[in-house]
Amino acid sequence: MPDNEYWLLPEGIEELLPLQAARLEQLRRDLLDLYSAWGYELVVPPFIEYLETLLTGAGNDLDLQTFKLTDQLSGRMMGIRADMTPQVARIQSRYLRGGMPTRLCYMGTVLRTRPAGIAGSRSPLQVGAELYGHAGVASDVEVLQLMVETLAISGIEHVHIDLGHVGIFRGLARQAGLEREQESKLFDALQRKAKPEISALLGGMKLSGSTGPMLLALAELNGGSEVMERAGSVLGSASAEVQAALLNLQEIAEQLRRRIPGIRLHFDLAELRGYRYHTGAVFAIYVPGHSQAVAQGGRYDDIGCTAGDARPATGFSADLKTLITLGAIRPEARRDAILAPSDSAPELQKVVEKLRRNGERVINLLPGQPVDGTELGCNRQLIEQDGEWKIVTLGK
Amino acid sequence: MQSGLTIALSKGRIFKETLPLLAHAGIEPAEDPENSRKLILPTNRENVRLIVVRASDVPTYVQYGGADLGVAGKDVLMEHGGEGLYEPLDLRIARCKLMVAGRMDEEPLPGRMRIATKFVRSTRQHFARQGRQVEIIKLYGSMELAPLVGLADRIVDVVDTGNTLRANGLEPKERIADISSRLIVNRASLKMKHRAVSDFVHCIEEAVNNHA
Repeated sequence: MPDNEYWLLPEGIEELLPLQAARLEQLRRDLLDLYSAWGYELVVPPFIEYLETLLTGAGNDLDLQTFKLTDQLSGRMMGIRADMTPQVARIQSRYLRGGMPTRLCYMGTVLRTRPAGIAGSRSPLQVGAELYGHAGVASDVEVLQLMVETLAISGIEHVHIDLGHVGIFRGLARQAGLEREQESKLFDALQRKAKPEISALLGGMKLSGSTGPMLLALAELNGGSEVMERAGSVLGSASAEVQAALLNLQEIAEQLRRRIPGIRLHFDLAELRGYRYHTGAVFAIYVPGHSQAVAQGGRYDDIGCTAGDARPATGFSADLKTLITLGAIRPEARRDAILAPSDSAPELQKVVEKLRRNGERVINLLPGQPVDGTELGCNRQLIEQDGEWKIVTLGK
Repeated sequence: MQSGLTIALSKGRIFKETLPLLAHAGIEPAEDPENSRKLILPTNRENVRLIVVRASDVPTYVQYGGADLGVAGKDVLMEHGGEGLYEPLDLRIARCKLMVAGRMDEEPLPGRMRIATKFVRSTRQHFARQGRQVEIIKLYGSMELAPLVGLADRIVDVVDTGNTLRANGLEPKERIADISSRLIVNRASLKMKHRAVSDFVHCIEEAVNNHA
């Protein structure tokens, strides 16, 4: 076996060296401060849970993504979280009941059995915020605004917001009376906007009325704000459910434009990410040069169903590691430390303690170490002059 | 290319048959890839360039944003899985069939057939749908040889005229899918370069319909 077998990390698992780790930590603090400033309280869900709990309401999508093991104490299956959103939903439904809206945020490592995308991570550091207990447009807009703020704080520019609404396809499928299998085949083709396949599928289904052409039209209903106008006429004979979804999306877009002037909005009425648990608007942020969404979220009003009372919910999440890679947070390696000599004099210890309390970084010189403070990131040193400890610039 | 369009194509039949469609969209390559060693080909349009990659790599380049658009056979897409891609258009070019083929003088087949193919995923799905357990042998070319030398009982491959099969004493046994080339689109490109990408797609769609 070659030597390097011993230090190779598994695929999609990475470690961060000091400079990257410093950037990550800086952004972590900034983001948690941001969420706190908006009234979102931090919760810390467990890293590992019983599988049933972990997958409640999230459906099969998460099942394949979850690492599993047997609990030696109970004999039950446990899973390592692949997504914290369902955990946070469970926490709010079990512990934080009440009429008032609940705002929660979270940050932690999740593990995924398969990497997302090319050279993707299997251990993203998920950060997100969720708003429970309000079903209106205002909460979706608040969450969207916070998502945009998150990217801004990360120093990521030129963001494009992609907006969709799962209620449109769901409503059309119901109106057309599609069976489960038909719906799932159509969903698959629609995800790929594969118009030839959609036509062929619809041809075989013999749908009544205008639902067929409307389902096909979804594949083309994407683009700027003109899409909503086009949707109004193309989906004119759709059910009330579909009309309500369109109106909902329109209102979200209008409010968002008012709050963030100049925001780039893109509509995609066939965007059905998380279709199985989302119930309303879905949104994602894309940035040029990156082929995957940088942050994503949406409304999921029923997820708490089996864990307690179902409450309306909307939220978003992102991977902190992606944010630092794409963002402009670039703290310099610190070069402002103070070198303290290897000396156990009590006066020196007092001076050092005081400096550290005041936020200075003081590094002890160890016995037998060459006195080169610059290597350690120091620009000053403590020296004794006339019985007093003084700070002098290094190298002078 | 943050503002322009990059289109991924493979050499040979797909490239040749895509050229008239591109011409309809007003795009002509500045060089012929068959005579050039360049992998990035400029075109007469300043903001459009072509990249020349292996056919089976086209979906990968487009999925991860190495190209905004691409032309890939349905066989390649089925094998790739199509995740993260839009495939809005059937270009109706480079048509053929994905077939199961075997010897004309085939012996009775064993319960668990050995199938030689480079289309591992499509083959597995095809036989799984029929509830048949098969042993798949991954090969990279000259599949026709496998049944002749006893390496496999049957093969799965794309068949155009069937001449290669006949020349080697093989014949088609089952049809898996009709194959033609698709225009594929990167998700993020459709969202962030919407005007340029959708104009291009509509132009090509028009060309395909005129052609038909």
